[in-house]
Amino acid sequence: MSDSASVGGGPSRTAADGALGVVVRGISKRYGGAQALEDVSLSVAPGEVHALVGENGAGKSTLGKIIAGAVAPDAGEILVAGRPVHFHSPRDAIREGIALIHQELQLVPALSVLDNVFLGAEPSRGGFVDRARQRERFAELAAHIGFRQSPSVRIETLRVAEQQKVEILRALVRNARLIVMDEPTAALTRIEADRLLEITRDLRDHGATVIYVSHDLGDVLALSDTITVLKDGRHVKTGPARGETANGLVTAMLGRSMDLTFPPRRQPPEGAPVVLSVKGLSRPPAFEDVSFDIHAGEIVGLAGLVGSGRTEIARAIFGADPSTGAVEIEGTRLQPRSPGNSIRHGLAMLPESRKDQGLIMVRPVRENVSIAHLREVSWHGIIQAARERSRVAEVLNSVDARAANHSMAISGLSGGNQQKAAIAKWLVKTPKALLADEPTRGIDVGAKRAIYELIHRLAEQGLGVLLISSELEEVLGLAHRVLVVRSGRIVGEFVGKQINEETVMRAAFGETGMGAHGDEAA
Amino acid sequence: MSRIDASLPSRFSRRSVVEVLREYAIVVSFLALLIILSATADHFLTWINLLNTLESGSIYGIVAVAFTVLLIVGEFDLCSGAIYVFVGIVAAKLQPDLGTWPSLGIGVVAGLGVGIFNGLIVTFLRINSFIATLASSLMVVGIGTEVTNGFQLYIPDPDFAVLGNEKFIGVDYFIWIFFVFVVIGGFVLSRTKLGRWLYATGGNSEAARLSGINTRAVRIGAFSFSGFAAGVAGAVLISRTGTAIAGDGLADVLFPAIAAVVVGGTSIQGGRGAIWRTVLGIFFLEFIRNGFNLLEVNPYYQAIIQGAIILVAVGADALSRGTK
Ligand SMILES: Nc1ncnc2c1ncn2[C@@H]1O[C@H](COP(=O)(O)OP(=O)(O)OP(=O)(O)O)[C@@H](O)[C@H]1O
Ligand SMILES: [Mg+2]
Repeated sequence: MSDSASVGGGPSRTAADGALGVVVRGISKRYGGAQALEDVSLSVAPGEVHALVGENGAGKSTLGKIIAGAVAPDAGEILVAGRPVHFHSPRDAIREGIALIHQELQLVPALSVLDNVFLGAEPSRGGFVDRARQRERFAELAAHIGFRQSPSVRIETLRVAEQQKVEILRALVRNARLIVMDEPTAALTRIEADRLLEITRDLRDHGATVIYVSHDLGDVLALSDTITVLKDGRHVKTGPARGETANGLVTAMLGRSMDLTFPPRRQPPEGAPVVLSVKGLSRPPAFEDVSFDIHAGEIVGLAGLVGSGRTEIARAIFGADPSTGAVEIEGTRLQPRSPGNSIRHGLAMLPESRKDQGLIMVRPVRENVSIAHLREVSWHGIIQAARERSRVAEVLNSVDARAANHSMAISGLSGGNQQKAAIAKWLVKTPKALLADEPTRGIDVGAKRAIYELIHRLAEQGLGVLLISSELEEVLGLAHRVLVVRSGRIVGEFVGKQINEETVMRAAFGETGMGAHGDEAA
Repeated sequence: MSRIDASLPSRFSRRSVVEVLREYAIVVSFLALLIILSATADHFLTWINLLNTLESGSIYGIVAVAFTVLLIVGEFDLCSGAIYVFVGIVAAKLQPDLGTWPSLGIGVVAGLGVGIFNGLIVTFLRINSFIATLASSLMVVGIGTEVTNGFQLYIPDPDFAVLGNEKFIGVDYFIWIFFVFVVIGGFVLSRTKLGRWLYATGGNSEAARLSGINTRAVRIGAFSFSGFAAGVAGAVLISRTGTAIAGDGLADVLFPAIAAVVVGGTSIQGGRGAIWRTVLGIFFLEFIRNGFNLLEVNPYYQAIIQGAIILVAVGADALSRGTK
């Protein structure tokens, strides 16, 4: 607290006390067998947006956590505003004006927005929480970043984009002058992501430094002033964003160049049989009367705004939520409609949130991958360890997932590698149809491309794929056919040359223009 | 503190120390205790003493094995103490009419029944298992008191004492039973599909469900097993003592069982744990009692120390998950 920082200072500005510069020197960090960071040195100038890019597991999150005091480095030093600091906890960092917005959001779902924002930083008067003062400050900051939800609603009722803003508000009430944002747009739609970029620029213009971690190189190039590339825990290069290109970054990240376009689509053969048939599926108010077929080898995109009912439809098809209507796999009607029965008939679902629905964080990588197909690796209910080991290694390899060993808890993998493992789990036994909800969330460019190719490869093997993605270009670039959902109904279907951004967006928003944008579903 | 020599493996960094400690604390403590006691107490490392340890640890050990499974699946069972006592009452009531083995068998089946009931109310009514089993344990105690009118039942038939007092190759029947529970429980958890289902359900119930696991059935199964195990332990008890009186069995069986499980390092947050841990936990706590007795340590201190050990075990568990 030696410099001019003012905790709880003037109410008029969010980060007006001057942005913070930070210098890290010779930082190393090891986790068991994995060298997360090795001798990384880097200087972040005050008031800039400094992007960190790199492959999954390159060490971006670890570096962010070290700067924000959430993880202690094994070696090296950190200078904030020119002075060496030793953070023992995120609290120490906050005191210096440094806040971290984690890759996996850290809000308390059952508490209100206001409580989450002020949690641990309650302005008090004589030992009592000063609600009036909280609300006043909240209103001011919320207006500043364009957060329009009521402060008293519970976090769990908000969409991820709104939760993201709550995290930013959390940082702002703590007078953060350096904010580390770890993949803030990973779960957002394009429109929401653009809004977040605007907010970030605005933070910078009002005197905050931002360290921005992202796999979206387009965003990184558009937003940042300086870009640092990490690879395998080492610093590769730091340079001004101006003059940098996506191809240049990719080459630095991967150590080789890579084609950034979508792989060519191969049309499914004429008259391919229907593998997945959905008939009159309803689960009001989320969605109603949804019917479509997917043929062998076909990739069908389900497009629509967040909240339009896409995820709910996928979950209902899989039997994760109850619904009326029928689902058939290769002509066999699924009865009962439970996840277990769906899997037995060859239907797989990659759920939207790997942390909450896809993976069991405390269990080893290997168990997570084999869990849905134990029958494949067991004999009369007894797990055959050798068979399991080799089968799991095989499928993890096929999606290029990297793990130091498969016996460690899956929580120790980087976000991207976790996602790859969540996909690999459905390949232990090749399914007939795959419902993929945000399959590339949080994945680096190289891995994204690998997953695109994987989806194509699966389709060529005769799988039907239902693809949901908030990245419209992903749907446009991969799908043979696009279904557009609005307010829980399928309102458009586009094939081949009809598939383009404009037609799809127009259908997604409906005739009334922006009217449908928003929060019909929970 | 941030200037630690980089050549040191990170095993020594703060986080990892907590993790390794949590992982192997029970092994290290167990071995340390073993060495200290064999060095200081004369008659510690003897066959007789080992059998004595097993004799006092096996009955609640049977309940502890089931409790381990229940914690792994993310649930809690306060009712198994009450079942343990209730089974004795059922058997004692029926013995004069039905004979020894049928009455004990029916007692065990009654325990299983209460376990199934617990599983059903927890999964279908979505009641927190702590509260649900607290409630059902009150009901079971109430029924026991009603049936016995609060009097002690006494079964003099020598036949009835066989299960709890006879030996097979020099080892009590019930120690063998404990052994069977350990072997089967350990095998199921570590080697079978069912074991994976249990860990997955406790680790992340939603992810388990979306992986095709019938998480309700898994939970009900775990509660049923707990009821069954409490039933078996109760049958051993009634046969051993020949007397039954209504009660909640908390101090006799449930608390020692819970202590052994958490000291062993099975997480109270679900998804992590093992039977071998519980076995070491039982031995650890029994050794402490046994060793203190040999060393003539005041029993009050013993209780205080045991309480402190449990706090440390649960604290380490909370720490390992709480830090991010
Ligand atoms: N808690 C942990 N335990 C063990 N290993 C870890 C832990 N956290 C990170 N690692 C390892 O450190 C390395 C760097 O991880 P980090 O999360 O920093 O990568 P990242 O660049 O953020 O990747 P992503 O883009 O996938 O989020 C990886 O190899 C990862 O497996
Ligand atoms: Mg990361």
